[in-house]
Amino acid sequence: MTKRSTFLATDHIDVVAGNGLMSRRHLITRGAAVTSALGAGSLMALRSSASAGSEVLTIPEWMKVPGRDFEPYGTPSRFEKLTRNPRTPLQFLDGMITPSGLHFVITHNGVPDIDPDQHRFLIHGLVKRPLVFTLEALERYPRSSRIVFLECAGNSRALYSEQPVKGDAQSIHGLLSCAEWTGVSLALLLDEAGIDPRAKWLLAEGADAAAMSRSIPLAKALDDAFIALYQNGEPLRPANGYPMRLMVPGYHGNMNVKWLRRIELTEGPMMTKDETSHYSMLLKDGRVAQFKFPIDGKSVITRPSPGLTMNGPGFYEISGLAWSGNGKVVKVEVSADGGHSWADAALSEPVLSKALTRFRLPWHWNGGPAVLQSRATDDTGYVQPTREQLIAKRGNNAFYFNNAISSWAVAASGQVSNVYV
Amino acid sequence: MSTYKWIIASAFAVVGGTCAAANVDGPHLGRVVTQADIAAWDISIAPDGTGLPAGAGTAKQGEPLYVARCAACHGIKGDGQVGQTAPPLAGGFGTLTGDKPLKTVGSYWPYATTLFDYVRRAMPAIQPESLTNDEVYALAAYVLYLNHLVGDSDVMNAKTLPKVKMPNRAKFFVVYPNKRL
Ligand code: HEC
Repeated sequence: MTKRSTFLATDHIDVVAGNGLMSRRHLITRGAAVTSALGAGSLMALRSSASAGSEVLTIPEWMKVPGRDFEPYGTPSRFEKLTRNPRTPLQFLDGMITPSGLHFVITHNGVPDIDPDQHRFLIHGLVKRPLVFTLEALERYPRSSRIVFLECAGNSRALYSEQPVKGDAQSIHGLLSCAEWTGVSLALLLDEAGIDPRAKWLLAEGADAAAMSRSIPLAKALDDAFIALYQNGEPLRPANGYPMRLMVPGYHGNMNVKWLRRIELTEGPMMTKDETSHYSMLLKDGRVAQFKFPIDGKSVITRPSPGLTMNGPGFYEISGLAWSGNGKVVKVEVSADGGHSWADAALSEPVLSKALTRFRLPWHWNGGPAVLQSRATDDTGYVQPTREQLIAKRGNNAFYFNNAISSWAVAASGQVSNVYV
Repeated sequence: MSTYKWIIASAFAVVGGTCAAANVDGPHLGRVVTQADIAAWDISIAPDGTGLPAGAGTAKQGEPLYVARCAACHGIKGDGQVGQTAPPLAGGFGTLTGDKPLKTVGSYWPYATTLFDYVRRAMPAIQPESLTNDEVYALAAYVLYLNHLVGDSDVMNAKTLPKVKMPNRAKFFVVYPNKRL
């Protein structure tokens, strides 16, 4: 009796946690077969009972005429209708990279139409030599690439509401994206300007109509901040900061200032509108937690999720994203019974610090009600909290940084919805 | 995974430690500028008032400006009434620990200097960078007046604005670098 021949037969499934969660070994040993089968099907449908049928295969029309010419800049198939709103449609994507056109966008007064030749980037304040750079000058600096996630601090704030909202992965968790960013080390440029030892912070400012500005600790700038010029291999998209943006890996989205035009080294934070009025957490006792920067360890199941209706009992792959602004994801556990039992998911390579990590776990759905959850652990030992734990500490008005475990209920009908457990 | 690290950049940073070597080896393609060159860009205001320009204004002077240039979006009293497209600027005192906290300049903001900094750089949203420094002082005075934090004839300038006592200031605490919540 080999596992191959009995892979989908319920009586031989290697169930490792409640409600049909299978061992991730099924993915590791047969990953290719499972992935390609799922890729071919629409949405999630892959039923163990789907083998029977009477479809006669014919030659499709598109094989009988020459294809059309390709466009100078490729666009998705006309059958794919993915849109950002401005949130990323996480439930329809796979892998760890967000296509640039679907990267989430938040602006504070629209997307500026910047002529790259006229754009200037200034470093001043507590430096020996204030410096102005053109894009052309920056293009000549040594570059590096890094895959980094960006998440708006206001993402998943629906989980602060008393009652579960009606929504899907995109509307609740879609202020989350990940791209390969290429650019120039900020430490290198600051070094050329000559850092005054009194400098402990810097102010980063965009060239948009809000001149959006944020204070950032100098230690972070010297650690791993960089100025991105390229996103997924091409110049940044305007909505994501063309022609240059600051990247502070792991720190919440707003601090990765887009359309970067100015960095001023300072002794202390400037207390800008977006670090006082916004992006601060109002706790239940009325105190306000300010300058929380990194995104804590977090995960969300993107498939199944609301809108992706299950197509009858049988085999499904549970898949989702995990990330931490403090380092690498080391473990993602999945539950199908609302957190009573958990199984370790497989993490898709590459698993990178401060990047999205794709996780997967095979599941045999028995057709009954289930509640799917995922829980991330990062390499600092931090474990993603339950919603109850998070709200006990902060109350319901904190608005930002909600990284609680999120729950999708699967009904017998196959409908999936956002719930609290 | 070495391609994801800043190998080249950190190599330069090390070289930069010795000044002579940095001049030879670093790209050094930034143009050195003077304070006069960058004055128009040097707009940030620190919470102690550093950076506040010359000029002054009162709430009385600010009121007509507010009505003409701000009220359409923020409401005539700036207090978050229906129909407004922009956040409320006034009121909300005593709501922050309730079910529906109303965060405004008066009820929530820790520093009055932020008001000058933000209005000058970003408001009015349809025409940013169009106010004079006197106008920004007058508008800051008016928004503070709407929150009963200054009188209608109190002069706001580089000296007085940083001294305005913001009632919610003591509630702010800093999480960076190590506090977990
Ligand atoms: C066209 C509409 C519009 C006009 C006119 C306008 N504002 Fe605003 N204002 C906004 C919007 C929208 C925001 C929120 C910006 C954001 O999300 O970052 C805002 C934010 C603000 C804030 C920050 C509020 C907070 O709590 O974060 C202040 C202060 C402010 N405006 C003052 C003014 C003043 C003073 C004027 C008149 C000079 C003005 N605004 C005119 C639309 C407007």
